[in-house]
Amino acid sequence: MNLYPVRAIYMAEMARTRRTLLQSIVSPVISTSLYFVVFGAAIGSRISEIGGVSYGAFIVPGLIMLMLLTQSVSNASFGIFFPKFSGSIYEILSAPISYLEVVIGYVGAAASKSILLGLIILGTSSFFVPLQIAHPFWMLTFLVLTAVTFSLLGFIIGIWADGFDKLQLVPLLVITPLTFLGGSFYSIDMLPPFWQNVTLANPVVYLVSGFRWSFYGISDVSIVASVAMISLFLIASLATIAWIFRTGYRLKP
Amino acid sequence: MNDPIISINGLNKTYQGGFQALTRVDLTIQRGEIFALLGPNGAGKTTLISVVCGLVNPTQGEVIIDGFDSVRDYRQARERIGLVPQELTNEAFETVWNTVSFSRGLFGKAPNPAHIEKVLKSLALWDKRDNRLMTLSGGMKRRVLIAKALSHEPRILFLDEPTAGVDVELRRDMWDVVRGLRESGVTIILTTHYIEEAEEMADRIGVINRGEIVLVEEKAALMQKLGSKQLTLQLQTPLDELPEALQLEALSLAAEGLELVYTYDGRQAEEGHGIPALLATLEREGITFKDLHTRQSSLEDIFVDLVKERA
Repeated sequence: MNLYPVRAIYMAEMARTRRTLLQSIVSPVISTSLYFVVFGAAIGSRISEIGGVSYGAFIVPGLIMLMLLTQSVSNASFGIFFPKFSGSIYEILSAPISYLEVVIGYVGAAASKSILLGLIILGTSSFFVPLQIAHPFWMLTFLVLTAVTFSLLGFIIGIWADGFDKLQLVPLLVITPLTFLGGSFYSIDMLPPFWQNVTLANPVVYLVSGFRWSFYGISDVSIVASVAMISLFLIASLATIAWIFRTGYRLKP
Repeated sequence: MNDPIISINGLNKTYQGGFQALTRVDLTIQRGEIFALLGPNGAGKTTLISVVCGLVNPTQGEVIIDGFDSVRDYRQARERIGLVPQELTNEAFETVWNTVSFSRGLFGKAPNPAHIEKVLKSLALWDKRDNRLMTLSGGMKRRVLIAKALSHEPRILFLDEPTAGVDVELRRDMWDVVRGLRESGVTIILTTHYIEEAEEMADRIGVINRGEIVLVEEKAALMQKLGSKQLTLQLQTPLDELPEALQLEALSLAAEGLELVYTYDGRQAEEGHGIPALLATLEREGITFKDLHTRQSSLEDIFVDLVKERA
């Protein structure tokens, strides 16, 4: 593997993040903080503890996961879509680099930014609610795996999309609803039995549950199921990207 | 000279909709030459370049670049190539320095600020190195594309319509840049529909039409072989008709009998029996003239004739 192209793509993507600091970092941090203010402080004080954890603290992993999923998808999809849109993708396609190097560059940058955001929000939340991290290793593992997996998904969306509207389609119409309905703001035990079963079909439930377990040791589904689900996502995304590059889908006529 | 740097063998490209853009293209580019690929819009010029550079998958055939297969040995093949695309495609918010440095890294080369500086200076971009691309003029943006293509020190440079939409002065500057690159040992393949550009710069010319290579020839030989010449004699006295001795297909009267026009090709000129024989006949017939001038057909005339012939 040649590291110079990977570094070039990675640094160019991170430079784009620096150029758009307000939109890339400040905006998601502010909007997540607002969730803490509204749900944690204003409404949370009226909601009883869940599994021995105050409501404000309970929603922290879900909120980080919400931001992590949406930002990973947005960052990675925009990263590869913009060269396609501007035409400068010709340089990537004509360069002596492997598909793996291209993916590591773009997805690595998108995931780095999401992880950084996740850590910033984690730090910010500690100002609003009492936090504890029961399993720091697993917390970081979930953070990194989720960021990488959803950045891979974003990369696929960026290649598939042929307009800005499609770029926003999946984050807005799929990721956000699944995250809101995936136990970010509640434990699925609070739902009627029928809806508990329906909710188990939502893959985000497993991610939120596993991530929350790493904080408080409480989960809606088993940790093994959470790890299996994220691994399944990761493998499916990698397989799709391998197919895209092998066939040249939406990249090479 | 037989030192091929690019060999294209039996290349076919059919797009998904069924449109066949290239049909059994065989072409060899020699090391160190400037090769101009001419053709009307939609002839297949850009598709051919795109296949060689890895932007388009070929349907059939192979491309060997400096001994390396463009698909199997894509790393070695592509690191030898620099591509300047037809469209002005740039990351608008990047600075000139950053975007050129990015290209070098993308092509797997270690950072080399001295080389980037040399490239920017050679293209008169040094003063603009900290400017964002969006603030540059069209001509400057095209220079940036050339700088990006040269950032990794390629041995082969593809210029796809390099002076499209560029003013005359800048076009001449660009030609000087291209000649300078050739002197430094870079092989240059340019597509253009400015015949003047090919005539000015190319060593060899290839004509592509409807996806097929119609001909490949040394520029000078092509002009000699296919270029026709015209000798116009301004007569002292107008002629109503040509005398019997001058009833030749190549001869005609113009300007109400005041001009005698003789059309001949390069080969006749080389053999030298066309004009002397004509002048001798004129003397025998007592036809005198007060002035004469000759005109040689341009590459454009040759190109138009070729494309028309094959249509």
